[in-house]
Amino acid sequence: MNQFYTPTDHFSLLPALLLALFGCAILMLDFFVLPHPRQKRWLIFFALLGEFFAGLALYRQYRFLEDQSIPALRAFSDGLIIDGFSIFFNAIFVAAAVLVAIISYRYLEVEGEHHGEFYGLILLAQCGMYFLASGTELVTIFIGIELMAVTFYILVGFLRSDRRSNEAAMKYLLLGAFSSGFLAYGFSLLYAITGSTRLPKIAAELAQRPATDPLLLLAIVTTLVGLLFKVGAAPFHMWAPDAYEGAPTPVTAYLSVASKAASVAVLVRLFLGTLAPHRINWEPMLAVAVVLSLTIGNFSALSQTNLKRLLAFSSISHAGYILLGLIAGNRTGLTGICIYLFVYTFMNTGAFLVLISLRQKGMTGDDIDDLNGLIHRSPGHALLMALFLLSLGGIPPTAGFIAKYYIFLSLVETGHYALAITAALFVAVSIYYYFRIVRAMFLNEAGQLLPALPGWGARVGFAVTALATLAIGLYPEPIIRFAGTSLLR
Amino acid sequence: MLDTIFFYVFALLTIGGAIATITRRSAMHSALSLIVSLLGVAGLYLLQKAEFLFAVQIVLYIGGIMVLFLFVIMLVNLDQAAKERQFNRQWLLGLVASVLVGAQMVWMLNSAGVLSLPAAVPAPAATGPGNIEALADLLFREYLLPFEVASLLLLVAIVGSVMMAKKTS
Repeated sequence: MNQFYTPTDHFSLLPALLLALFGCAILMLDFFVLPHPRQKRWLIFFALLGEFFAGLALYRQYRFLEDQSIPALRAFSDGLIIDGFSIFFNAIFVAAAVLVAIISYRYLEVEGEHHGEFYGLILLAQCGMYFLASGTELVTIFIGIELMAVTFYILVGFLRSDRRSNEAAMKYLLLGAFSSGFLAYGFSLLYAITGSTRLPKIAAELAQRPATDPLLLLAIVTTLVGLLFKVGAAPFHMWAPDAYEGAPTPVTAYLSVASKAASVAVLVRLFLGTLAPHRINWEPMLAVAVVLSLTIGNFSALSQTNLKRLLAFSSISHAGYILLGLIAGNRTGLTGICIYLFVYTFMNTGAFLVLISLRQKGMTGDDIDDLNGLIHRSPGHALLMALFLLSLGGIPPTAGFIAKYYIFLSLVETGHYALAITAALFVAVSIYYYFRIVRAMFLNEAGQLLPALPGWGARVGFAVTALATLAIGLYPEPIIRFAGTSLLR
Repeated sequence: MLDTIFFYVFALLTIGGAIATITRRSAMHSALSLIVSLLGVAGLYLLQKAEFLFAVQIVLYIGGIMVLFLFVIMLVNLDQAAKERQFNRQWLLGLVASVLVGAQMVWMLNSAGVLSLPAAVPAPAATGPGNIEALADLLFREYLLPFEVASLLLLVAIVGSVMMAKKTS
C-alpha cells in the first residue's frame, strides 16, 4: 500500500498491459498509417504480434511460479492474482483470439466490412477477459466484465449493413446491460455485507456468517443471475441464439468460446473460492440452471435449420455440462472444467470455421441444407466438420470425449448420480442433432454451394483446430497435467 | 440554525425544480427546471460536507449532462410533442397508487423506528485529510487498477459509438 506500482504489480499486469497497448496501437495504425483497405491485412500481423508478446508474458509468469515453486502471486494489494488457474484461462483466451484473428480476414472481405478496428477490439476484449481470469477484487472483475461485454456488443453488430447483425447487437446490448445491473447489485451487496471488495477478505468475513442470512442469499442470487447470463446458461440464455446467428461468424466463435470461458473463470473463482462455505445456498440454484440448460439447449437444437442457431443452442447445453463440474466442485470437477473449456475452444472454433469457409458473396451458407452432399463437393471440409461434430458430441477418440469423461467422473465421485444420469441422457439427444448435420453432408444429394478455397488463415485455423481436437483425444496426458497445475490452491 | 434554513431552501429548490420538470409543457423549460433541481441537490451535498460530490454534481450533471439534454432537445422535433396530451388518463390511478405506496413506506419506516431519529448532532470539525484527499487516496492507491481499466472501457465505448454512427462509405 505504500508504493503505487510495484514491480510485482507490473509483472502481474504485463499481459493485459500489452494487449491494451497493441489494441490501442491497432486503432491508431488503422487510422493514420494504413488507411487504405488493401493494407488492413497487415493489422492481422500486428494483432498476432501483440498476442505473441502477451503469450510470452504469460509464459514468463508460468516459469516464475514454477521456479519459485509458489502457488500464487498476489499484486495490487489483493486486486490481482497470478496462479495456475489464471494462466490456464489466459492461455485459452490467447488461443481463441489468435484463431479468430486469422480466420476473420476473408469473412470480413466477403461482407465488405473489413475495418481495422476489428482486430483492435479483439485484443481489447481479451484484455477485459484477463481481469476476469486473474482479478480478485470485485470492482476490477466488474470493469473487466464490462470491458469484455461492451466490446462484444460492438463486434456482434460489426456488419452494419446487415439487419440481422444490428438486431443481434441491440438484443445483446439491452439484455446484457440488464444482467450487468444484476451483477453490480450482487457485488454491491457482497461489499455491503463484508465491507471489502477484495475476495480474500470477503471470504474471511463470509465464513463467519450463518448460511441462512437473507442478505447473503440475495447477494448470491443476483451474482449468480448476472454471471449465468454471461455464460449463456438457461434460463438466462435468450440472447444467445439471436446474437450467435446475427453476429459475424468469427465473432460468434469468439463469443461462444472466450467470453464463456472468461465468465466461467469468474464463476469458479467466486463460487468455489469465496462462496464455497455457503454451497448449501447456491448448489440447488446452480443445479436447476444446469438441468434447464441441458434441456432447453438440447431440445431446442433438435428443431433448428440454421447451423449458427443450432450451434448456439448446443453451446447453451455445453454451458450446462461445464457448470456440472462446478456442482461437483472437487479436484476432478475443476480439472474437467479446465479441459472442457480448452477443448471446446478448438472444436467449436473449428466448426464455425467450416461455416466461414462456406460463406460467399450473396450466399449465407449457414443452413443445414447448404451442407447437403458436402462430401462430394469438398471432402476435406466435410471430414473436418464431421470430426468437430463428433468431438462436440463427445464421442471417442476425439477430445470432446475426454472433457465429458472428466465432468461425469467428478459427478460420480461426489455422489451426484441423478445429475450424472440426466446429463448422460442428454448426450444421446445431442448426438442425434449433430448427426443430422453429418447425414446431410454425407448422404443427401449434392447442393450448389462450393466452399471457397481456404486462404492461409483458414488453412492454419483448420490445421490447429483439427490437430488439437484429435491429439487431445488420443493423447490427453499433457493437457490433463497442465489443467492439473491450474487448480485453485 | 443557519444550516436548517439553508437545508429548507435547497430542499425547496430540489422539489420545486423536480415538479416543474415534469409539469412544464415546453421541453426546454423542463430541462432548465431540472438544472434548478440538480443545483438544490448540489447544495444539499455541500451541507453534508461532501465538497467533492458538490463539485462533481455541478460540473458533471449541470455542466455536462444537461448540455447534452439541451442538445438533444434542440435536435428533435418539439412542435409535435408540445401539442400532445401531457398526462395520460391513468393519472388518478397513479396518484392513488403512489399515495398508497408512500403511506406503506412511512408506516414501515415508522414501525422500524427510523422516523423518530435521534436529535441531530453537528458534524465534527474536519480533522486530517479532507473529503477530496480521502477520495483521491482511495482512487489512486487502493483502486488504481480498476480506475485505469475504466479508461479502456470508455475508449472502447467511444470507438463503438463512432463506428456505429459512421456513415457507410
